[in-house]
Amino acid sequence: MMKVLRAIGRLWLVPVTLVAWEIVTRTAEQPFFPPPSATLARMGEMWLSGPPSHLLLAEQALDDFGPSLARLFGGWALAAVLGVAAGVAIGCSPRLSGYLDPLIHLGRAVPPPLLVPFFLALLKLGTPTQLATIVFGIIWPILINTIDGTRTVDRQHLETARVFGFSTTQRLVKVIVPAAMPKIFAGLRLALSLALILLIIAEIFAGNGGLGYRLLTAQRTYLYTDMWGCLVVLGLLGYLLNSAFLLLERRVLTWHRNARQTT
Amino acid sequence: MLEITDLVHSYGSRRVLDGVSLRAAEGELVCVVGPSGCGKSTLLRSVAGLIRPTGGRVLIGGQPVERIPDNLAVVFQDYSRSLYPWMTAANNVALPLRRRGLDRRRRREAAMAALDQVGLADAADKYPWEMSGGMQQRVSIARALAYRPSLLLMDEPFGSVDAQTREDLEDLVLRVCAHHTMTTLLITHDIDESVYVGDRVVVLTRSPARVAADLPVDLGESRDQIATRQLDAFVRLRAEVGRLVRGGSPTSTVLEKH
Repeated sequence: MMKVLRAIGRLWLVPVTLVAWEIVTRTAEQPFFPPPSATLARMGEMWLSGPPSHLLLAEQALDDFGPSLARLFGGWALAAVLGVAAGVAIGCSPRLSGYLDPLIHLGRAVPPPLLVPFFLALLKLGTPTQLATIVFGIIWPILINTIDGTRTVDRQHLETARVFGFSTTQRLVKVIVPAAMPKIFAGLRLALSLALILLIIAEIFAGNGGLGYRLLTAQRTYLYTDMWGCLVVLGLLGYLLNSAFLLLERRVLTWHRNARQTT
Repeated sequence: MLEITDLVHSYGSRRVLDGVSLRAAEGELVCVVGPSGCGKSTLLRSVAGLIRPTGGRVLIGGQPVERIPDNLAVVFQDYSRSLYPWMTAANNVALPLRRRGLDRRRRREAAMAALDQVGLADAADKYPWEMSGGMQQRVSIARALAYRPSLLLMDEPFGSVDAQTREDLEDLVLRVCAHHTMTTLLITHDIDESVYVGDRVVVLTRSPARVAADLPVDLGESRDQIATRQLDAFVRLRAEVGRLVRGGSPTSTVLEKH
């Protein structure tokens, strides 16, 4: 009960801000800043006016969210697989990391949106370019965290593995990767929020459908309520993704949280 | 069973082991005691094959240690780092048994049997962070037992637990070592403990370590935390080991007995 009250206590700022925003926009009457109530109504119209059999989702919602979410998760999953695999390999081999460390730091320093024209020249317009932009933009935190996690496995954990003659696979799967998991997860979470940003950038530059494209067309055709709707839904999406990931992280890393508390 | 001859090891220009020789017969429990930082752990790590000593020879069952031998288990010092915190107790114990070619069910059985021996049968599905330090160290011992090594190395295994737990663990080691026929090398800085647990006590000097004395412990097979520690023989031997650890020379009373 106390918990619920405290949660509500912390949330009071949200309605207050919304009401203030509503009052300000209504008195200012600027077309660029529609009141939140109008934005919400427009969002309902755009995306939630479908038949109940489709969970109220309008066709427009599928057109906007479908490709965007597919790119987002596709890019994130691809970056996760590539980043973790490469990170473990580099973290385990001092030689490999000696060669690759400068390249990694150079690659990380390149602002990913700059590469959209490069990928556009290299790949087809649309999904391939967008995926490449997302993967290239978000792989760095995953890669660097995995390398770091793999390198800093407790020496005694590794020696235990050596003494008991673990095979290479066993050492990787049972010792090194689990030990690096807290850092890998930190990288994955950072990458997820970056993925949303890059998704929108990629869809604006190389778009054919999706939320970013929708945002751009709304802005270009002076549909400011639509544009605000897109902004709000992107914010909500980011919040939801982060919360869902935290939930997953809490389940997978129970041992980590508890081990840290007791020692 | 274990034969260490003239073991020398240096880290850079700093010599830590300066010609250490000792032997342990089949089934014997040898305690190595010495002042802190004298190179005891280096000795153990050389025997385990974790480091390659600068000089000298280690034979286990007549075989020179070149890589990590497969008939050897180690119980490390720091309980909070010796188990894998992402695995339950049973899985921690069972994991090394893959090397023994056991299938999943047999590994689980062997792990349960070993946990039972250390009195933790009902903690099998607990995670290390759900257990006290003493319990974690018991799991660590169970892991070594389940592996069925012919040589068990223990590196200050009771260094980081409270006194009561420490006594329980000492008795546990005595019990399991008598039950399994394995040779045990126990490293400790605790003089009392070395005399109480050991069949023999090897005293090392201050760094660089040499063997200061190799003393048999004539306290009989069965030992008791209270009664044994009151015996004259125990008190005398403890005083002797204490003197040696502090850098004294062997006294005649002990030497006379041989």
